[in-house]
Amino acid sequence: MITSIPQRAFTKWCYRAYVATFFVYLGLPLVVVCVFAFNNSVFPSLPWEGFTLAWFFGNEAPFIGVFNERAIMRSIGTSAFVAAWVSGLAVLVGTCNAFLFVRYNFKGKAFLYMLMLLPLIIPGVILGISILVFFSSVANTLEDATGMWFDGLRPGLPLVILGQFSFITTFATLVISARLQKFDPSLEEAALNLGASKWGAIRQITLPFLLPAIVASAVVAMLMSFENFNTTLMLVGSDSPLTITMFDKLKQGSTPVLNAVSLLLMVVSAILGLLSLLFQKKR
Amino acid sequence: MRSDASRLGLYLLLAPILLWLTVLIILPHIGLFLVSISEKIGPREYETGFDNYAAFFTEPLYWRTFGRTAIMSILATVLTLLIGFPIAYYIAKLTKGRTKTTLFLMCMIPFWVSELVRTFGWMILLRETGVFSNLLQSLGLVSGPVEMLYNDAAIMVGLVYTSILFMVVPLVTTLDSLDDSLIEAGYDLGGTSTSILREIVIPHAMPGIVSGCIVVFMLSLGNYLTPILLGGKDSLWFTGMIYTQFITRFNWELGSAFGFLLLALSSLVVFAGLKLSGQSLSNTMGRS
Repeated sequence: MITSIPQRAFTKWCYRAYVATFFVYLGLPLVVVCVFAFNNSVFPSLPWEGFTLAWFFGNEAPFIGVFNERAIMRSIGTSAFVAAWVSGLAVLVGTCNAFLFVRYNFKGKAFLYMLMLLPLIIPGVILGISILVFFSSVANTLEDATGMWFDGLRPGLPLVILGQFSFITTFATLVISARLQKFDPSLEEAALNLGASKWGAIRQITLPFLLPAIVASAVVAMLMSFENFNTTLMLVGSDSPLTITMFDKLKQGSTPVLNAVSLLLMVVSAILGLLSLLFQKKR
Repeated sequence: MRSDASRLGLYLLLAPILLWLTVLIILPHIGLFLVSISEKIGPREYETGFDNYAAFFTEPLYWRTFGRTAIMSILATVLTLLIGFPIAYYIAKLTKGRTKTTLFLMCMIPFWVSELVRTFGWMILLRETGVFSNLLQSLGLVSGPVEMLYNDAAIMVGLVYTSILFMVVPLVTTLDSLDDSLIEAGYDLGGTSTSILREIVIPHAMPGIVSGCIVVFMLSLGNYLTPILLGGKDSLWFTGMIYTQFITRFNWELGSAFGFLLLALSSLVVFAGLKLSGQSLSNTMGRS
């Protein structure tokens, strides 16, 4: 803190008030979403009609709670399925990338690194439509040539997984690389001297060291996959993940069920975030 | 023997990244470009040409929406910088220890909540029957319900909210690395707060400012939810147009051309930003 610099009390308080206002701005939308999940009214708006848990457990129209709303429950399952695949693939490729960029020197490394960063600056919608266009034309060509159907290349869950994987891998790579850079290679050499095989040394020494970063990137990948909208919107088929289902409901006119889902989402991501923080601290 | 094994390792590690980048990034974008330069002349008959791009430039609705999206995104970027800078300065320079960590983590809040939920929160606040409208009425400031949703100001609030984190985090990182004694020296030499800000703080924070601005601009330009939900039906945003061409009108050729124009604009701005500030992609984005 810069304490040596004189500041008028008035300026200081104005500054503090600004910072406080900013954090109110940051928190307010989320607070209202949570609060209205408990409002006993069919619209997420004032006036306040009293406290209810119907938007979670209710089973009578119009108070159908999240846990009894089939479309939402199914889409949560779809999202979890997609997130598991995306996170698994992204961590796998991300770990390989980390080893590649930290351990090896080869021609074109800088160029490849730049290519690897590109998904960060391509808008999600463009990633979605380019994958949609490319895979559809591949499917068309294959169908013309063989006369068979290639449904996996049409909009649907496989494409959603590939679309999300295409940019989440970059995040996984960055997180895992950062940790691998801190690794002391002499530990691995010691294991080799003690008679371990190259792969054995990596499995026994390096991978355990990387584990916190791997877990953290898996959690981030899962959260990003769950909340992704732009890329998913373009690639979605008949099974829609949670964000798409919520968007459709929101367009039709919102009910406080969405508040309840949002609240649950916030709780789950807060728990996941805290767990990954704790896990990192323990190591 | 050893170098053979290490070469094999290199190829094994190169395979996944090359597969990923080729199949999911490079080929799709080439494909997108090829579709954007094909014109439909009959059922399942195509010809190469730039008609789709011509359609964009001759139809005012298209290029006006494009321009509007670009201008609104620039405005959102500037606003995010102006709002975020004092916050980042406060976190980096005027707090320490636990307060600092807490405030920094609090800036992450929008990131941990899905975009849809954030936008939904703003809808509840701003709509005619919403919280602000009711608050103003109960304070007696207005006589009837006020609709604050479905205008450009609402879009702007949403865009700034969505992207503020990507501005504050790089700014805090760069400001953190600025030595306090430099600022003190500035005061000792008789500098005023404004001159110190202009001569010392801003030049030092430049890498953070650039990387923040690039990400915020790109996110605003590619945003779909905020303009659609907060801006209402009459508000046109270019990503919305791309969606319409692809999903509603099934005119993939024109949609691809739109997509390519958006990509060109965002890459142009990113590279102009990097060149003007002397930064590189690996330096600014690789650290995030």
